[in-house]
Amino acid sequence: MSTAHAAASPDSDAVQELESQFDATIARDQRIEPRDWMPEGYRKTLVRQIAQHAHSEIIGMQPEGEWITRAPSLRRKSILFAKVQDEAGHGLYLYSAAETLGIDRAELTQRLLEGRQKYSSIFNYPTPSFADVGVIGWFVDGAAICNQVPLCRSSYGPYARAMVRICKEESFHQRQGYELLLTMMRGTREQREMVQDAVDRWWWASLMMFGPPDDDSPNSAQSMAWKIKRHSNDELRQRFVDMTVPQAAKLGVTLPDPELRWNEERGHHDYGTPDYSELKRVISGDGPCNAERMERRRAAHEEGAWVREAASAHAAKQAARARAEAAA
Amino acid sequence: MSDTQNEKREWPLYEVFVRGKRGLNHVHVGSLHAADDQMALTHARDLYTRRNEGVSIWVVRSEHIAASTRDEKDPFFAPSADKVYRHPTFYDIPDDVPHI
Amino acid sequence: MSDDHVYMTLAEGHDDSDARWAFGTGFEDPLHGVDTTVPEGVDAVELVALCAALGDDALVLAQRLAEWVTRAPELEEEVALANIGLDLLGQARLLYARCGQVDGTGRGEDAYAYFRDADEFRNVRLAELPNGDFAFSIVRLLVLSSWRLAHFVELSASPDPVLAAIAAKGVKELTYHRQYAAEWTVRLGDGTEESRARTEVALESLAPYWEELFVAHDVRDAVTEDLRQVLGAAGLPVPQAEFLPGAGRQGAHTDHLGPLVTEMQSVARAHPEATW
Repeated sequence: MSTAHAAASPDSDAVQELESQFDATIARDQRIEPRDWMPEGYRKTLVRQIAQHAHSEIIGMQPEGEWITRAPSLRRKSILFAKVQDEAGHGLYLYSAAETLGIDRAELTQRLLEGRQKYSSIFNYPTPSFADVGVIGWFVDGAAICNQVPLCRSSYGPYARAMVRICKEESFHQRQGYELLLTMMRGTREQREMVQDAVDRWWWASLMMFGPPDDDSPNSAQSMAWKIKRHSNDELRQRFVDMTVPQAAKLGVTLPDPELRWNEERGHHDYGTPDYSELKRVISGDGPCNAERMERRRAAHEEGAWVREAASAHAAKQAARARAEAAA
Repeated sequence: MSDTQNEKREWPLYEVFVRGKRGLNHVHVGSLHAADDQMALTHARDLYTRRNEGVSIWVVRSEHIAASTRDEKDPFFAPSADKVYRHPTFYDIPDDVPHI
Repeated sequence: MSDDHVYMTLAEGHDDSDARWAFGTGFEDPLHGVDTTVPEGVDAVELVALCAALGDDALVLAQRLAEWVTRAPELEEEVALANIGLDLLGQARLLYARCGQVDGTGRGEDAYAYFRDADEFRNVRLAELPNGDFAFSIVRLLVLSSWRLAHFVELSASPDPVLAAIAAKGVKELTYHRQYAAEWTVRLGDGTEESRARTEVALESLAPYWEELFVAHDVRDAVTEDLRQVLGAAGLPVPQAEFLPGAGRQGAHTDHLGPLVTEMQSVARAHPEATW
């Protein structure tokens, strides 16, 4: 990874020995830890994956965060406030995990702000109604759980440990969303319409959270071999659909897919094909809220610079005063 | 790194150890950034014990942790054996990032 | 272990709903076992007015803290500011619930938060002022936490057992809020020229609103001592300012409260028949 590493230039036998140790650790389903030797590709892929996940948590605070000040009951306000705070916490756990791979959070933030690293495109959709808060909890956090629970067994130790903590917290997130929708469905006709409208807007975007279909997912095979990805995109998508269909029935909403039906033979639901060209468009920056989300993150980072500098300056002065005192 | 240079840099990294309840060891739970020890404790309280997970917190600057390498012959860490978590990196991340 | 199994394990066994949420710190019910009957000799009208006013202070400041979400200077501060906001929101909910018990209406917390107009709010003006920069928000938090803490320490001996229990819980929270704000005030005052200048501006703009706190409840000595210590450590002068007449406790607010309340109530009032 670093120039220092290159300078050491171990002979090829030694590298082969390290590689076979690494492969054996993975094969035994044991964890790779920060100080272990690892192939450069493994490190790069992990940094990219963990950083993208961390960025998603932080940018993902925005669509729901807008509703904290307007939440229609104090109980909902508390829940939403705590949930959005959790997302900041998740971002921090994940940035910490990335830092064990030898990269600073400042550098990762820079890469996000320069558009060199991405975040989940789901957060580029707007949240025009309070029902969106519920549907995000149900769909988006539900999809996140499908994606993330297998990552609790990721081969990279710090990432796996962060995911355990995050998954525990996410399961409450999904439940609060679903419970909000249940309550709204028992409310007025207007509220039920709000819920159905939000379901219609978020369903397809949520299916696309699992990424492109397997035959169009270039990096998957290597990541599966390294056990930093444990199931294919389509497997996870199927799991999400199968999990959500009965929940929708219970709730009394219609998922907006005419092709959705139980397939007895497969033992799974068949479902329609999401518009992946839209996914590509949103990922490449052309979604409804891309510019707004990045601008908010950039503004917070830039407007906070003087505060961060002040704290560093104070710490430096304190240290200097302590040294002077010790010398006197 | 001198203190004056430090002003423009990121807050340093701290490792956080939490005692879950009386009778247990402090356990490493993760890390965070803070400008000084006091801030690190405050942040650790907010971040790692907001679900009532701890009765006591330790924080320590990551760079102050000495660690054994798993394998003494490990060439990768030879140049930076005294730094635990902060290896300088200069590699690039490709832009075509798949969705998580 | 299959992933499905992992998922089920994560989701099960958490049916005690609210108790598992991260509402600040401490999950014990502060009112557990407390008798809610208003004791003899306690003036119900005064008790309701006090609980409503202290609830309003907490709710309005929590609303301002919520505006920092996704805008804080560092991610760790996002988490910290949210913790303080959640603590205050929790205090407001308990205080409003007490109002509903004592005023005989049996109204719930939301009736007070969502179905009173801005001119019925009795919070001090200091709480409603817009956030300004981080220095402004920190100095405001320092002064309000210091005052509220001293007030709550006294109230934890209130003849009303419910208010006493709410205050006792609040004392722990407010001690931390004051500490957080004090640490930051010192960092900003001692930090860079810019942070010092911004903090001085914040002190000067906020000082005209301090006197109102002591009119509402006079714990001047405790607050003055806190400020003397913190500003001393920060190397900042204690500002001298003319008192700006008016009092949120009498319903005389700044122009900033109206928009805050309108935004807060917008969804609830658009669907008055709804349940959330």
